[in-house]
Amino acid sequence: MKKNIALITALLIATGICTVNAAEIHPQRQAELLYLLKHDCGSCHGMRLEGGLGPALTAKRLAPYGIEFLALTIVQGRPGTPMPPWRPFITDPEAYWLAGQLKQGVNQ
Amino acid sequence: MRFLRYLLMASAFYSAQASAECLTRGTGDMGIIIERAAGSVQVVDRSTHQALFRVEGLGDLSHASAVYSRDERYAYVFGRDGGLTKVDILCGKITHRVVQGGNSIGGAISQDGSLIAVSNYEPGGVKIFSSQDLTLVADIPATAVNSEKRAKTVGLVDAPDQRFVFSLYDTGETWVVDMTDPAKPQIQKNLNVGKLPYDGLITRDGRYYIAGLFGQDGLALLDLWHPEKGTRLILQDYGKGEQKLPVYKMPHLEGWAMAGNRAFLPGVGHHQVLVVERGDWNPVGKISVHGQPVFVMARPDGRQIWVNFAFPDNDTIQVIDTESLKVIKTLKPGKGALHMEFAPRGEEVWISIRDKDEIQVYDTRSLELIHSLPVDKPSGIFFTSRAHTTGL
Repeated sequence: MKKNIALITALLIATGICTVNAAEIHPQRQAELLYLLKHDCGSCHGMRLEGGLGPALTAKRLAPYGIEFLALTIVQGRPGTPMPPWRPFITDPEAYWLAGQLKQGVNQ
Repeated sequence: MRFLRYLLMASAFYSAQASAECLTRGTGDMGIIIERAAGSVQVVDRSTHQALFRVEGLGDLSHASAVYSRDERYAYVFGRDGGLTKVDILCGKITHRVVQGGNSIGGAISQDGSLIAVSNYEPGGVKIFSSQDLTLVADIPATAVNSEKRAKTVGLVDAPDQRFVFSLYDTGETWVVDMTDPAKPQIQKNLNVGKLPYDGLITRDGRYYIAGLFGQDGLALLDLWHPEKGTRLILQDYGKGEQKLPVYKMPHLEGWAMAGNRAFLPGVGHHQVLVVERGDWNPVGKISVHGQPVFVMARPDGRQIWVNFAFPDNDTIQVIDTESLKVIKTLKPGKGALHMEFAPRGEEVWISIRDKDEIQVYDTRSLELIHSLPVDKPSGIFFTSRAHTTGL
């Protein structure tokens, strides 16, 4: 698992997703993303992100994962699980910003 | 001095208000609406389209659901955070509340009304309580997935002969629990019913239990007249060769939509409603709809099917005519159209519009909006007529 995370992270760095600057996300869009996180991601992960049919997204549980890995999971989904790709609705920089929020413990 | 007297009077008046008297009326045209973000419920009057009480302090109500006592006076509300709350809807207050698990997904009331079963994700299993005072009667742990985790339980319903039926998400099982003797639950386990059952439903007559499968095509059907025969897969060829779309919200199977001899089901990963003939359970058609269906619900007379959709199409409701199998109306009630509840005789349907903080009431004959009422981030709507319906 750890090996996979490192590998995917390396790939991400190679493809340039890590170079985004979170400051580019407009505050209004940030609010929209947090609303989406609470209500739409929340339909599987729980409105308080403490888990449901999908796993919890608390800072504690996400501690072993890097921001890049989480951002990739958001935009590409997780094949073989119910986690869908959010790419049609969330850009790479937005996913990166959202992953950062999750790592910091949004809603906690 | 005069001011002090005023204060005393005011506080006396206030406390009289605070301990508002209980209503003296029937509850047959009442219901509750979940305010998912605030952790409260509104008690409503179906006839006047008004709120009667707001009851607070029910915890995390995202994905909350409710069942009713057979006298239609008490609602049992199942919260996401494991909270089970008994609400007296005539007095607008909580009578009992327990936090019975860490993470839950709904429940059911037994045929005789004496037991409340709750389905838990964490720790995986089902717990059964006395409907009187919510004391624990039975604890039924699910199959272990590894040394730390047990399977999540989903699709819990009540069934005739004092039984409960539910499925195990991680291990693909359907269990039937006979609670005839509450001290000795009899469990019949059906293994390998299919991959990742995510929800279940029971037909109105209580005969068939069907688990929707996320991990493969098809659904797992159990005939409760013959549980010894085990489950069988139906519709396993559905969607073969078609690209499945990403699913942004799991469908719900609670509202068993039957019209005549036909059942209407959400097509997982497809912009379709499936039509199935009851009995042999073969598909008779697919209806193309606006998005991926979440709830597919029949008007009680079976003449119409109302469908809402997963993100990003959750601003739309479509109405299907069950005779022609055509979409006859597309409504745009607002973003976050999460749940629908029909009046028991079907003349109205109430719809939760999350992002507008309101409930919209539609006349099902004219398909027009006739009322709306303010509710904070509404989700589930539950009318008391559910008290007398198997599976609700």
